[in-house]
Amino acid sequence: MIKEVFNKPLKWSAMKTLIFKEIDDLIIGSLGIVAFISFFVGGVVAIQTALNLTNPLIPKYLIGFATRQSVILEFAPTFISIIMAGKMGSFITSSIGTMRVTEQIDALEVMGVNSLNYLVFPKIIALLLYPFVIGISMFLGILGGWMAGVYGGFTSSDEFIMGLQTDFIPFHIVYAFIKTMVFAIILATIPSYHGYYMKGGALEVGKASTVSFVWSSVAIILSNYILTQLLLSK
Amino acid sequence: MIEIKNIEKSFGDTKVLKGISCVFETGKTNLIIGQSGSGKTVLLKSLLGIHTPEVGTISFDGRIYSELSADEKRALRTEIGMVFQGSALFDSMTVEENVGFPLKMFTKQTPKEIQERVDFVLKRVNLVDAHKKKPSEISGGMQKRVAIARAIVNNPKYLFCDEPNSGLDPKTAIVIDNLIKEITEEYNITTVVNTHDMNSVMEIGEKIIFLKEGILAWEGTKKEIFKTDNEAIVDFVYSSNLFKKIRKAQNKGDH
Ligand SMILES: Nc1ncnc2c1ncn2[C@@H]1O[C@H](COP(=O)(O)OP(=O)(O)OP(=O)(O)O)[C@@H](O)[C@H]1O
Ligand SMILES: [Mg+2]
Repeated sequence: MIKEVFNKPLKWSAMKTLIFKEIDDLIIGSLGIVAFISFFVGGVVAIQTALNLTNPLIPKYLIGFATRQSVILEFAPTFISIIMAGKMGSFITSSIGTMRVTEQIDALEVMGVNSLNYLVFPKIIALLLYPFVIGISMFLGILGGWMAGVYGGFTSSDEFIMGLQTDFIPFHIVYAFIKTMVFAIILATIPSYHGYYMKGGALEVGKASTVSFVWSSVAIILSNYILTQLLLSK
Repeated sequence: MIEIKNIEKSFGDTKVLKGISCVFETGKTNLIIGQSGSGKTVLLKSLLGIHTPEVGTISFDGRIYSELSADEKRALRTEIGMVFQGSALFDSMTVEENVGFPLKMFTKQTPKEIQERVDFVLKRVNLVDAHKKKPSEISGGMQKRVAIARAIVNNPKYLFCDEPNSGLDPKTAIVIDNLIKEITEEYNITTVVNTHDMNSVMEIGEKIIFLKEGILAWEGTKKEIFKTDNEAIVDFVYSSNLFKKIRKAQNKGDH
């Protein structure tokens, strides 16, 4: 499958249109929900941390520290990706699957268009922008934590920011974005596969979307585990 | 001219096409008729290369499909227009984008030239006011016309239609049938049409092959179809009371 995706590409003018459409559908179309979730979950992480710091000897800046660590290391890259496996993934599977059952993919092939290249390649390219989505999620998650912490009266702004800077390891950012790129590839390929090779009718399109969500989530969780083991443990 | 020799196609253990040989002539509307499930769509999709027969050869004016390189196959496919059973229009595109799609993909024409050609073929299929609509916003008969327009926009040498008038009222069905026939003659195309509609047979059947359970059970013209004694085809053709009456009347006339 992968080889076919890059084989016999379309004319650039046609491909460009497709790529912009995918960027619009997949990336721009996800920003709203990602922003909403990140902001509020970031806030909740800060509040939870604050509420668990009952011992007065533990410094308040830990709130900022914990928010930063959880948002950057796991929440933004991994959990947003699982949510995206539901949102983008089921969109990809059902749109390709519908084209399969209504013979639109056959129509492309008959015209001489490499349908895998036509359908999947633009999605892979669009998802190269996926790290921006995760970057925005990180930023808004931390912003949400800061607002909840400061305006909820759990910490001062200075303490929170001090916490953000405590023991900052730049490699964590690299680690987070390596994960993100791997997840982006999973998000573009597994749902496409389940849509492209599906059989049956409209009911099966729904089933294929569910199955593709399950498998992309499993792939994300497992690769997260493996990458964390490889990159962070010494 | 398309020549098929002894093709066989199975899915798992079931053999759907059991050795079919025939010739589809250029400039004529060739019909494949047969009951539902007899293998018409599978035969058509084998011609298109969507299904690969296990046995036999298909040649397009001398080019044997299975012996072509991948590039030659793609090139051949740009000479083919196909109208699918369910139209298979791209539902994310408007009518005119659908029709212009093969041109945009495979020719170096400018947007203006493409637009002119699209307007021309849409007019040819009698669709003048649906250019900007999405497939979901037009009727089934209009979708069929768009599908035909898309199939002929790039001047195909071969046109395949899978039940182009199924689901249409008899009047629209005949209009679509005649459109296909006219286009075939006008541009000297090799056209193959799948149908189980006897009205179509009467209207446009110049060369007919009859499939029964994956076997070519009869071939001939629409004149011959009412004279033959072949039991399988008599049974198929005279399944409706109307045609039974016609046969009776004809037999009387003959004596
Ligand atoms: N992709 C496939 N996989 C397995 N079996 C198939 C496939 N396509 C068709 N068949 C089988 O091949 C047989 C012939 O099907 P086909 O679609 O060619 O019939 P048809 O003559 O076109 O019927 P209709 O007039 O209803 O369209 C059927 O028994 C069908 O179950
Ligand atoms: Mg059929």
